[in-house]
Amino acid sequence: MSTTAADASARIRETFGVEAAVDGAMVTVVVPRELWTELAHFTNRVLGCRYFNWLSAIDWKEHGLEVVCRLENLDAGLVLTMRTRLGPGETRCPSLAGLCRGADWMERECYDMFGVRFEGHPDLRRILLSEDWEGYPLRKDYAVDTPFAPYR
Amino acid sequence: MEVKPPTPQIPAPVWTEFKDLQEWEKYHQERAPDDKTSDTLAAIADAIHHMPGGWIVTTTTEKIFNWARKSSIWPVTFGLACCAIEMMATFASRFDVERFGMVPWASPRHSDLMIVSGTVTIKMAPMLKRIYDQMPDPKWVVSMGSCANSGGPFRHGYHVVKGVDRVVPVDVYVPGCPPTPDSLMYGLLKLQEQVGEFQKTGKRPTASDPK
Amino acid sequence: MPDTLTKQVVEVGYGGNERLMMNMGPQHPSSHGVFRMILTLEGETVVAVDAVIGYLHRCHEKLGETLTYVQYPSIASKTDYVAAMTSELAYVSAVETIAKVEVPKRAQYLRVIAAELQRIASHCLWLGTWCLDMGGALGGGATVFLYCIREREMVLDRFEELTGARLLYGFHQVGGTRYDIPPGWDTKVRETVDFIERRIDEYEAMLERNTFFVVRTRGVGVISRELAQDVGVSGPLIRGSGVNYDVRRAEPYSSYGDFDFVVPVETAGDCYARYRVRMVEFRQSIRIVRQALDGLPEGPISSRPGVKSVGQVRVPKGEGYARVEGARGEVGCYIVSDGGPKPYRMKWRGASFSNLAVLPHIVPGHKVADVVAIMGSVDPVFGEVDR
Repeated sequence: MSTTAADASARIRETFGVEAAVDGAMVTVVVPRELWTELAHFTNRVLGCRYFNWLSAIDWKEHGLEVVCRLENLDAGLVLTMRTRLGPGETRCPSLAGLCRGADWMERECYDMFGVRFEGHPDLRRILLSEDWEGYPLRKDYAVDTPFAPYR
Repeated sequence: MEVKPPTPQIPAPVWTEFKDLQEWEKYHQERAPDDKTSDTLAAIADAIHHMPGGWIVTTTTEKIFNWARKSSIWPVTFGLACCAIEMMATFASRFDVERFGMVPWASPRHSDLMIVSGTVTIKMAPMLKRIYDQMPDPKWVVSMGSCANSGGPFRHGYHVVKGVDRVVPVDVYVPGCPPTPDSLMYGLLKLQEQVGEFQKTGKRPTASDPK
Repeated sequence: MPDTLTKQVVEVGYGGNERLMMNMGPQHPSSHGVFRMILTLEGETVVAVDAVIGYLHRCHEKLGETLTYVQYPSIASKTDYVAAMTSELAYVSAVETIAKVEVPKRAQYLRVIAAELQRIASHCLWLGTWCLDMGGALGGGATVFLYCIREREMVLDRFEELTGARLLYGFHQVGGTRYDIPPGWDTKVRETVDFIERRIDEYEAMLERNTFFVVRTRGVGVISRELAQDVGVSGPLIRGSGVNYDVRRAEPYSSYGDFDFVVPVETAGDCYARYRVRMVEFRQSIRIVRQALDGLPEGPISSRPGVKSVGQVRVPKGEGYARVEGARGEVGCYIVSDGGPKPYRMKWRGASFSNLAVLPHIVPGHKVADVVAIMGSVDPVFGEVDR
């Protein structure tokens, strides 16, 4: 299936009603949290973006967290970046682990570093830090040199 | 969650008051409670040493034992990060350490030396301590690279231990990021010199002894 | 540990209902670094695997927010420390994408030469350690290991002449490279590359005519096409499973479009296919190095010469994701900038992180000895996994 970026952007606009910015072969879509899983399913099935590249989050301080996900259609060379703002103080986000097995570890890392709770993830626990670690390091209110006696 | 570090009250460093070195010196002067060296044999060796002419026997035996210990130090392969690649290069054929008798051995129960090569993280520190505890006495530790010496370029990270000497006592520090195989070999040869002075009857070596 | 925590449980029907949970701990001769696998075994067959990572989490992403764009490239090389050139290139390319910095042609060619030489060195290490794991440290494995390290040392000597360091370089800076090639270097590189090409024939003959090697790698650790795309593996893993995805062709960076090379793709998806992909990549890297040396243009090596102050590179507000084809796959760096000298958010897309995520899906059903072969063919570097 040959899908160009402009084509994909138009289809997203007519299906979801959200604007999709096009930059070369890359399409960036900002959706509200409620449409997150639907958009992911649409991208996977209709647009053929079956390659799960990565998923992460950004902490915008008082504006809250934002989850960013990048999916690709390797045959058509189409890249789709999905973004959703979780809102200030909000940490829940629907999980894509049922759709893509690659989301499993990526969402666990996002939970570990930002505290984003992915609803529907089968096994949400810390992946990089030990299970009993307190705090979410990549948030802006966590200092990089937080002490941890007796090691530092 | 608001997690802010307390402002550190760092006293001006005076070298002899540096706590880790003091602990290291004490470790080599006093015996640890779980030290497996036999007090009886040490007492007998001291008695022979102080008999007239007995020093010939004890120093010769010590020389032979220390020569045997230093000529076949077996490191446990404890590669953590980038320094592990340089450690592997040291064990390979260009900078061969097997000519010094050092056979890299995976099991800690059969090795004498732990070369901590790479960054020690808070998650890894208990595992490191466990491997160290599994090694039989006498054992030595070489801290390889700046991450193992003091935390290195990652010193300010929240998950990095500021130096492996917060976990195990270290005998030789090899600086570098990563240290070239030449540097590591120099460090290992320095360790061999140290091992040659191991447990001298009547006198225990410390870091502040002039060589 | 309850079964809800394990990913995929294969019912082997062994008959015995004794399952053993065995720890292949962070310190293991063949775990390629600090990696822990909790294997659930029925007899000798692995039924489920729980991979525990994070033993080398060195806070790269948080430190990246505290270090400037000039300070960080040296630290970037420590993510994929076996292929440090490509890691630095990913970070520096991301900054250049956002700041729209022009990189001179000579610098681009130098970057290509460095990246491909680094790929050769990294694959030498991969082959050596993989065969070391499979053959045993005191036996046949050490043979291939010592041969490969001998070749790798030659390449590292070239890097030492170029940058002064053997493993972690600090060669790239925003706008170009930091060092130019010393006189006589290109002749030496051509000699090195010719020498290595003859040796690759030796390795292939040594390994492919060895029954044990073939039996241990054919049909072991098969990654299907769908699984590879679903999990997001890249590099030799995805090309060994039939998907023609190479960042150098998908999104050519740093003048890769000027060079003529073949991207190897195998369809079997097992360890042997990944081995074949990497062996062909050896030769193709040599080909690219020769072409780059032949066509190396004159000119400046950086559009921002000299480092005068730590905060001198200021990047306008924006964000960008740049990826390079590292030795292990797609290494990417996603930077969000807020206009200052330091990034606001920096995310590393480590190739080995996604590659390792495929392990819980392919290991169940194999024997414990096959786990070692699979780990070697996945070739993880834990600086990239844990960052």
